[in-house]
This record gives sequence, structure tokens and C-alpha cells, in this order.
Amino acid sequence: MDFGLTDDQRQIQRTARELLTERARPERVREHAEAASSDDALWAELCELGWPGIALSEEHGGQGLGGIELSILCEELGRALAPVPFLPCVLAGAVIEQAGSPAQRERWLPGLSSGKIVGAVSLAVDGTAELVIGGGEAQVIVLVEEDRSARLLEREQADVSPVASIDPTRSSARVSATDDAGEPLEGDVASGLDRALVAVSSELVGVCDRALEMTVAYVKERRQFGVPVGSFQAVSHRCAQMLLDTEKARSTTAFAAWTADSDPERLAEAAAMAKAAASDAGREVTASAIQAHGGIGFTWEADVHWLFKRAQLDAALLGDAKRNRARLAGILAEQGSALGVA
Amino acid sequence: MDLTFSKKETAFRDEFRGWLAENPPDPKPTDPGEDAQHAWKRDWQRRLYDAGWAAPHWPTEYGGRGATPTESAIYFEEIGRARVPQAANTLGLLLGGPTLMVWGTPEQKERYLSPILSAEEIWCQGFSEPDAGSDLAALKTRAVKDGDEWVVSGQKVWTSGAQYAKWCMLVARSDSDAAKHKGLTYFLMDMEQDAVQVRPLRQITGEAEFNELFIEDARIPDANVVGGVGNGWKVALTTLMNERAGLGFALQIRLRQLLDDLIAAAAERGLLDDPLYADELAELHVRTESIRLLAWKGLTDAERYGQPGPEGSLVKWLWSDTNQRLTELAVEIIGPEALTSGTDWSYEQLRARGNTIEGGTTEVLKNIVAERVLGLPRLKVAA
Repeated sequence: MDFGLTDDQRQIQRTARELLTERARPERVREHAEAASSDDALWAELCELGWPGIALSEEHGGQGLGGIELSILCEELGRALAPVPFLPCVLAGAVIEQAGSPAQRERWLPGLSSGKIVGAVSLAVDGTAELVIGGGEAQVIVLVEEDRSARLLEREQADVSPVASIDPTRSSARVSATDDAGEPLEGDVASGLDRALVAVSSELVGVCDRALEMTVAYVKERRQFGVPVGSFQAVSHRCAQMLLDTEKARSTTAFAAWTADSDPERLAEAAAMAKAAASDAGREVTASAIQAHGGIGFTWEADVHWLFKRAQLDAALLGDAKRNRARLAGILAEQGSALGVA
Repeated sequence: MDLTFSKKETAFRDEFRGWLAENPPDPKPTDPGEDAQHAWKRDWQRRLYDAGWAAPHWPTEYGGRGATPTESAIYFEEIGRARVPQAANTLGLLLGGPTLMVWGTPEQKERYLSPILSAEEIWCQGFSEPDAGSDLAALKTRAVKDGDEWVVSGQKVWTSGAQYAKWCMLVARSDSDAAKHKGLTYFLMDMEQDAVQVRPLRQITGEAEFNELFIEDARIPDANVVGGVGNGWKVALTTLMNERAGLGFALQIRLRQLLDDLIAAAAERGLLDDPLYADELAELHVRTESIRLLAWKGLTDAERYGQPGPEGSLVKWLWSDTNQRLTELAVEIIGPEALTSGTDWSYEQLRARGNTIEGGTTEVLKNIVAERVLGLPRLKVAA
């Protein structure tokens, strides 16, 4: 039993943190957000480093590492709010790897690994998804219906129209396809989606971590009534709550990332727990960050709103907290007593 | 990250689980009186002791098994899973013994440790006072030196098991001129003297788990000072650290069992897919799993870095809040039975109100998290 990262994993985390601190500075993120543009130079650099294929098999040009390594990168990119299509690409990679036929994997995974192909995944109703994250640039899009049937669409096979979401650090689009368009994904869609949920949850943990870090720094600095506002318990207890929510999301997400590699039997339950905890934490922690920043937190100039907006989209992505809890209740009903000791 | 257990840890679990299966405690006595319940728990501890299972986390030289923190957690998980009673001398096993191992003289270790283990001598904890709860260092119980003895007077509160205890871990003010935290000394007080009066403290559940102690000129020999005169605050912190670490693990298992019971009750009533209840039940499951994961994380950190970090405060906070929410939902799911005196669920709901107060109120835990984990500036208060 060991909750720590291995030396190699720690190295990945450190390298990612250093690179993104340098390359995805707040000013640069803001520039791209205001121009609603992706940071192509940064994306090219991340692709060069093999990040998009970190968890895909070497056979398909990936690095063949696991769910934990993928989770680390998602968290770091979430912290940095990097304006790159990393998350939609790894979601597509996870679903196609688990649910695609050999031919579909052969066709799409090498490009998703190298980043030459941008992907996206979304829930859809009758062939239409109103807000597909990464849809603006995606060349391959996976739509998943309520009954968990999934199909794979090339961009030309669908009607794709860009949508300006509240989070301009990533592109979005409305995607609609006729019933006969694209190819069905006939493998293990559920397992692919659960891995995708872990990736989204990991990004949310990074968003929470950054929001808390910025807030703690601000309330130590900002003075009212002659003292730092962080010395008031109304403020400091809010910060403590932000940490608790973040750690709840972090612990369940780490567990889910571990099950993806080492205990697939519990992946569905763990992924639903992680997404429920991380979606709630993302929304609550970033809302608290705005509140604790006071008036400045409500201005366009302060950077906390980018985190709040990213959290809103991620929280909804592939199912919100309530939907995942409903799923979890179903799992609990099936398995009865849950006194599961790992 | 590796969330599996080693061969040695699994063997430890199997051995203890096997022993528990073959050596179940007697059935819980039908007499609900404290005396009958205590005798039952004492007998159970004696059996654990005879088989070498009373305190596996103690070093072998003191009669334990030298279990690692992970093995010790496994031990508590198995205790919880088997639903066996708590040992009668839990405070001695988890708090008193480990404190003596750190601060006690060789003579003290020789004299006190073994009877703790065998439940021959029960221990209680005399820390809190009517005017010193969260602000423990404000305690007023006085100890005055008289030859090679100390004369102690004052009042203590929330002392569970005091009516059965032989020894009390007592923190008293031995120097009223010294600064607040510096004038304290940690004593072992013999409870078997007329100068110590124990009165049960009836709580909102109607029972009396705790007591008040009225101490008037009690005598404590110099040899019963633990950790040196004026060092009481540090010694008390050792006791409190052990309180969070050890008890915490048993509590999260208890929470898991209650939630399983509630899920079963909801299933019986066809409420598991009723959205009015399913959402909150699933949230309780997320929280309970999160507590388990955070507790294990704290433990493996402790193994790696020596001490449990202040993050333990997060676990206690989340646990107490979750237990309260669970018992509140239970009232809604179970219905009138949960509002009827003497039923398990009515008891659980009332008892849970104490969770956010005992062992550090949630408000104090938030202060600890804010100041010691997040590094926020300390609120200025009167010294």
C-alpha cells in the first residue's frame, strides 16, 4: 500500500510543471483566451514530447504508460489552463482504444498519439451534441448516445458549427450527424468512457489546485481593517473548505486512475466517484476563489474567472456530478454491501 | 502508487481474520447497564491479550507485535469488519501506552505498560475542563509540590471510563507564573483515592459515556510525573496525535458499516433508485470512500515520513460531517422507527451530534487546516 508517485511519475510531474510554468504563463493564456485561439506553438511542443500518446500503446505510436501518468499530465495542463486541445484528444484516444475495431484503432490512434489528428468525445441526443469541447478543430469526433452506443465520425461526415462557449481557452462546436453517418464503435465503450472520465476529473483537480493556490496567495496579501483578510475565519474557513473539496476530488481521482491500470473491476465505480467529486469540487472551489478575491475576483482582469469557466465545462463534460451519482447508486444497488477493502 | 497489500500485510490480515473467526466474543450482554457492558469489553480485551492481539502496534519488547502502521490499520479494519466490541482499555492501548513509550522513564514503562495491555488497569484521560475545551492550554487544575508529592485540585470533564479507571492521564498547571503552555505538567493520577470523585455526565442520548471529575487535594507521587515538570503540553500533544491517528481508523470502518446498513435498508424499501434518496446515498458513498483513501494516504505518509501530518484534521472533519449527514438521511429513509427512543438509528443520529465537537471541534480543525496546511495568517486572539 503506497499512495505516493514513483520516481518516474514524479519526474513527469516536475517536468510538466516546469514546462507549463514557463510556456503557459497567465499572460499568454489570456492572450489566447481573448483571441479565442489555440496555442499552436505550445501544442506542437507538447506533441513533440509525446504527451498526447502518453497512455496509448506503443504499437500505435504512444508511450505505453498508464492511467496515472495520463492523470498527472491532465492535472498539470488543468492547473496551467493551457489553451491546447490535449484533453479532447486523450478522451478520443481512450474511447477509440477501448471500443474501436483493430482497423479503427489502426486508422486513428497513431494520429491521436502524435497529435497530428485532433479528436473529441461528447454525449449526444439523437445524433446531436450541442457543445463538443475541442469540436472546433477536431478531425475525428466520437458521439455517445444515452444508451451508450457510440459512433465515430470524420469531420466531413458531420455538420460541425463552431460555438463560442464561456471557456475561450478551448474551441467548442455544435456537432450533428444523420443516423447513417460514421461508423459504430462496437468494443468496450463503457471502459473507454470511464477512462475518459478519469482524465476529465484529473484536469478538474488541477483547476481546483490552482484556484486554491491563487486564493491563498491573494488573501495573505490583501489587507482590510488593518490585517490580511485571510486572518478572518470567514475567509480562512472558506479556504479550508476549498482544500477539503480538492482533496476529496484528488483522492477519488487518484484511486480511479489506479483502477484503470490495476483493478478494472472497480473502474466503473471509481470513475463515477471521481467525476462526481471532481465536478462538484471544480465548481465550488472556483466559485469560492472568485468570492474570496472580492470585487477584483469579479473583474475580467483577474485570472480566476478562466478557472471558473473551465471548471463549468469540465464539470458537465461526459456527465455532471448528479448523473454520475445516479450511476453510482445503480452500481451500489447491484453490488450490495460495499465494505470493499482494496 | 500501489494500492495493493504486500504478502506480509496480507498474511497479517489473514492470520488475524482467522483468529477472530475462531474466537468470537461472547454475545453482547442483554443488560444495557454500563457495568455489564464494561465487564463484557474487559473480558474481550483479556482474550485478545492472551492471544497476543490486544495491541499489535506496540513494539514486541512491550508485549505488542511491532506491527507497521499499515498492519495496525489492517488490524482496526478487521476489528470493524468482524463487529467485535471495543477493548475496555482503548484509551490505555491507543493513547496512554504510546505516550509512555515516548516520554516515560524505564521504571514507568516497566510498571504501567503490561497492566494496560491485559486490561488489569483501566486508563482514562483528564485533559478537558469546563473552561478549557478547544483552548486546552487554558486549563486551571492546579498541582502544588509538597515534599516528594504533588497536591492536585480542580475539575475535569469528558473523562470516559473514569468510573472503572485505575489511572488518569492528567494535565495540570504546576507553575501558575509561567506562560500558558509552559506551566503544565503531565501526571499519572491514581483514581482510587477519596480526593477524586467521579460523577456521570448524562449526554443527549440519555446515556453517560463520559464523566466529570472533581479533584480535591489528590496526592500524586513525584515518580508519576511523565516527561518532566513543565513539559506537560508537549506530552499531551503526543497523546492527542495518537488519538487522531489510531481512533480515526476504527471510525472510518464504523462509518462504512453504517452506510452499508443504510444502503441495505434503502434497498429493502425500494428507495435505491428513487432520485430523492439515491443522490445523497451516492454522495455518502463517495465521501466514505474518500475518507478511506485519505486515511490510508495519511498512514502511508506516516510510514514514509515518520509522523502523520496535519492533513489528519481533514479526515476527522470529513468523517464527522459525513456521519452526521448519514444519520440525518437515515431518519428520512427509515421513518418513525428512527425517531423512536431506544432504536439504533435514533441513537446514531443523536450520538453523531457529538462527532463535530469531540476530539477537536470542526471550527478548530478548520483553523488548523488554514494555519498549518495552507499557511494562512493566524487570527490574533488574547493570549
